[in-house]
Amino acid sequence: MSFSVSIRHRMGGFSLDVAFDAPKGVTALFGRSGTGKTTVVNAVAGLLKPDAGYARIDDVTLFDQAAGIWLPVHKRRLGYVFQDARLFPHMTVEENLAYGAKAQRRDMSKAQKDRVIDLLGIGDLLARRPARLSGGEKQRVAIGRALLADPKLLLLDEPLAALDEARKAEILPFLERLRDDAQIPILYVSHSIAEVARLATTVVVLEGGRVARAGAMADVLSDPDAVSALGVRDAGAVLAAKLVAHHADGLSELTTCGGALLLPGVQAEIGIHMRVRIRAQDVILSRSAPQGLSALNVLKGKIVSMRQGAGPGVMVRIACADEHILARITRRSAVAMGLQNGDEIFAIIKSVSVAQGDVGG
Amino acid sequence: MSWLGPDGWTAVLLSLKVSFWAVFLSLPFSIAIAWILARKDFVGKQVVNGLVHLPLILPPVVTGYILLMILGRNAPVGAFLEQYLGIVVAFRWTGAAVAAAVMAFPLTVRAIRLAIEAVNPGLEDAASTLGASRVRVFFTITLPLIVPGIIAGVVMGFAKAMGEFGATITFVSAIPGRTQTLPSAIYGQLQVPGGEDLALRLVLVSVVVAMAALVVSEVVSRRVARRIAGQ
Repeated sequence: MSFSVSIRHRMGGFSLDVAFDAPKGVTALFGRSGTGKTTVVNAVAGLLKPDAGYARIDDVTLFDQAAGIWLPVHKRRLGYVFQDARLFPHMTVEENLAYGAKAQRRDMSKAQKDRVIDLLGIGDLLARRPARLSGGEKQRVAIGRALLADPKLLLLDEPLAALDEARKAEILPFLERLRDDAQIPILYVSHSIAEVARLATTVVVLEGGRVARAGAMADVLSDPDAVSALGVRDAGAVLAAKLVAHHADGLSELTTCGGALLLPGVQAEIGIHMRVRIRAQDVILSRSAPQGLSALNVLKGKIVSMRQGAGPGVMVRIACADEHILARITRRSAVAMGLQNGDEIFAIIKSVSVAQGDVGG
Repeated sequence: MSWLGPDGWTAVLLSLKVSFWAVFLSLPFSIAIAWILARKDFVGKQVVNGLVHLPLILPPVVTGYILLMILGRNAPVGAFLEQYLGIVVAFRWTGAAVAAAVMAFPLTVRAIRLAIEAVNPGLEDAASTLGASRVRVFFTITLPLIVPGIIAGVVMGFAKAMGEFGATITFVSAIPGRTQTLPSAIYGQLQVPGGEDLALRLVLVSVVVAMAALVVSEVVSRRVARRIAGQ
């Protein structure tokens, strides 16, 4: 299953010219607001007609302006999860979930229904009306409703943006399960690097209506050249980690490519594989293994590239095994330490600097 | 009902019948026009909007006269209807219903249009993405959500139809037992010596019917709105 899209569209003074492929898994469409993310998704869904371009799922063409093909919205077989859930207020949760199958005059198998209800943990909500649901519950039901419409492609337009941090934390694990379970490509629009780091397999970075960078999530997020598009303060690489122990002092131990990582109480079972995002500005570099330091985490790696930013900072990309860590240090430090590509280096990370939301499956 | 006398009673029943059919038969058109005005943009939309609202602004006598010019037995449309379909509306109770429908139309359309505009188009988009055709979206999403607006529009239209006088009397006159509705009966009673008594009773009936309609609609639409909101 693969999805490819190419769109050119003008709106007022803004011009959009975007093309990318989305393989199976989650493709994050990342960019600040006003970069055209929602326009792309709406064109794919058929809610907006772009000036030119095409969209295909495998060999099914959703639209192709050059060939004059325009499949109406209701024939596109997409699951669209909106930022504001958009549950039908006059129907119960169960009726909302069944809407797609009914509209397509198709019987929904009980097994499929049960699987989705179980995946999203919404079994207790079935008889309720949307007005009686919390924001997080609404969004889970909206995802379930989209899934039960048996889509060929799932579109999620900032499904967490309207929720507070606690609700986000409640839904992220469900989205992670969805990514691992779903057999269809998922297009996930977001302006949060934390979400992208936890969910995406592929990242497409939009900037001013153009694709600034596209590729595998870990590559894009650890690419010093992509930093300006991602935002300097939020930049940071993602490491694959395995949870190996919960210690009595409240710290959890994870193994990574560069060594052990101790983080405050990770809520997960031992043995689970996780992603940990380490923000570049939280990393300190050292030539030698440090002694007498309060920071608990020292990861060993090798410098592969350095990129001078516009300001006084330098982005240093450090390889450990086939993964990367990104560190943002001052140019003055880089010069004083005489850092060169190929040097062995120790990356020091304070345990408490890694936010809860940056650790997840 | 001796309290109203045979003529008074006939006028009340006739008005109820005329108003019911006027609102009932024009409702599908009211909903359709309201939907088009709320959701569609097209050349000439303002013209359609103006035509719908015209009976609200024109003197009712003028509206009645225009109806007579179109639907009278010697008028083009009226003659056609009589010759080919055997339908005559001029000076019949059906004509009173047509006049009442035309006069009530803008009020009903307006109430329903406001209700449609209050429905989040995002819900309709969501239904489309789930595979619902436009017709299905209308009947499963839009229509259920505007039921309170429809009830409000129907009641307002019904009240207007019950009170319609000028267009009715111009178009179908006020023939007792045939086209003499409640308002024209009141007017008629006031023209004859000693008729004030019956006129007053008919006025009372008018007030009671109007109040009852208002209360029922208020209760029903509040209950429906609550059910739609899921509370």
